[in-house]
Amino acid sequence: MGMAKFEPVLMEAVGAAEGHTLESYRSRGGYAALERLLAESQPAEVVEMVKSSGLRGRGGAGFMTGVKWGFLPKDHPGPIYFCVNADESEPGTFNNRFLMEDDPHQVLEGTIISCYATRATTAYIYLRYEYPRSLERLQAAIDEAYAAGYLGGDIKGSGFSLDIYLHRGAAAYICGEETGLIESIEGKRAWPRIKPPFPAIEGVFRKPTVVNNVETVACVAQIARRGVDWFRSIGVPADPENPRDPGSYGPKLYCLSGHVEKPGCYEAPLGITLRELIDDYGGGVWKGRRAKAAIPGGISMGLATEAEFDIPLDFKGPGSVGCMGLGTAAVVVLDETVSIVDYLHNSCRFFAHESCGQCTPCREGTSWSLRILERIRAGKGRLKDLEILLEMGSTMGMMPGSTICGLADGAAWPIKNAITKFRGEFEDYIKRTNPEGWMVTEAVPALEIVGAH
Amino acid sequence: MNSRAFTHLTPEMVAEIEAFAPRYPSRQAVTLPALHVVYERLRHVPFGAVAEIAELLGLAPAEVQDTLSFYQFFPQEKPCGRVRAFVCRSISCSLRGGEELLAGLCDAAGIEPGGTTADGGLTIEPAECLGGCDHAPCLLAAGRLHEKLDPAEAGAVLETLRQAAGPEPSVAG
Repeated sequence: MGMAKFEPVLMEAVGAAEGHTLESYRSRGGYAALERLLAESQPAEVVEMVKSSGLRGRGGAGFMTGVKWGFLPKDHPGPIYFCVNADESEPGTFNNRFLMEDDPHQVLEGTIISCYATRATTAYIYLRYEYPRSLERLQAAIDEAYAAGYLGGDIKGSGFSLDIYLHRGAAAYICGEETGLIESIEGKRAWPRIKPPFPAIEGVFRKPTVVNNVETVACVAQIARRGVDWFRSIGVPADPENPRDPGSYGPKLYCLSGHVEKPGCYEAPLGITLRELIDDYGGGVWKGRRAKAAIPGGISMGLATEAEFDIPLDFKGPGSVGCMGLGTAAVVVLDETVSIVDYLHNSCRFFAHESCGQCTPCREGTSWSLRILERIRAGKGRLKDLEILLEMGSTMGMMPGSTICGLADGAAWPIKNAITKFRGEFEDYIKRTNPEGWMVTEAVPALEIVGAH
Repeated sequence: MNSRAFTHLTPEMVAEIEAFAPRYPSRQAVTLPALHVVYERLRHVPFGAVAEIAELLGLAPAEVQDTLSFYQFFPQEKPCGRVRAFVCRSISCSLRGGEELLAGLCDAAGIEPGGTTADGGLTIEPAECLGGCDHAPCLLAAGRLHEKLDPAEAGAVLETLRQAAGPEPSVAG
């Protein structure tokens, strides 16, 4: 079933010659919205604009952006800081990279508008080390923006001043957690902080701080240019029966990778189904095979089975089939030949490596879940291991209340989700590979881990 | 400003580090940029350099070492290879040959993952998701993301980079 492809907005620069330049961005209408807002609107009005749009953060949590901005204390003497979270490290995710490489000025305009709204006077773009091209493109765009008077003192005579600096990371996933990011900017170990206080009250350098994702600020630029009504005409409206439902408005960049014919970054309205993304955008499962499962939004979300592929990829759909949420909307497809044991090992290895180590349930839980998966893959697994893994999967995390940040929830979800949905496969694997010992229930020695860190 | 007799930080490195200072209200925030400056020049951050960064920034050496050791990114004992290649092992690359790519490249170079060749030319190590999932499997080296590589192509890429990196330059004074 074909469907009309959504006309790209966030990805309008892809394919444009020299699309990353100021000249190209201005020829597409860029920076006109910023100039108009600076001349005609007060910061509080810009906050209202973003609130009314229904924009929800694109970094993984889906929190209402305008509401987050509203947490900043009124009449604070400042300085107020804004951080753009460009630490994109969730496995399967690469949409921020596309935005920064192909249309850095869109990211900048969105950042400047957001800083005007939040009265931030300094913005840090926290950029992961592994994106050198984004570093080049963003720095060049920042230089162009200063030269054109969109950054620096008294921007376009508005009285608003802003400096934007790139801050380069050093290959740590936890720097994508907003308080880990803040600690990292401050020059310390990137150990997340207990919240409250929330960054809006006490953030970087103990000042009010807002942290937003790259795609979120790009949406701000487009909302400013095309309007709230335009943004709300796209996506899935709030359920009128449910006053707590904020809806899933706007366009979304969906990353698609793994066992599909055409991996890539595709822009579509929030709410297309997993099956539509794979078949209509991604050319279907590769090599004429069937899908076994897919990750709906970055590895932390767990798996949707093939039978569950008709869920909408909005903020509610993945949760309805036992996934943690929409996450980064990075879809990774596993074909029928993939062993779920291998998938879970890969996930556990990632989280064991990336756990910051601060909280015992996460440090020990991620480490031990990897050791158990290693032992299972080495042919020494037992059915008892599945009980232990499920126990860890349900006790480590912010949701069970045992850790400071959500990395542990992301580590736990694939464990409990995969074992629940593919229990038969795990049991068959264990019995087949350890015919003499699968029934043992006493403690067994761990194997030495090679190559996790 | 004192003129300090540093043995690891050259005046150019000090100037580069100090250029970051106006961006932040605290000297400690210059720690990570300083580590990058030193790493880019020396391909490692020896303990002596840690102490010098600390002195420059008004911190205790333990504070700088605390931050450095968190990241697992900065070698300390000796320099990494003149070319440092990161091969992705996260889910999207693993599904499309990433593990085989890492193993194949390490076999061809005669090293274990994480190791450096005897001539100091090449380090190959596993990395977590590099964000190149649309062209898996991928490899980050010499400031570029190389995508959709089979082991033969990747071997050729690394050899080209090794040649370009040249022999070991004389140690900076």
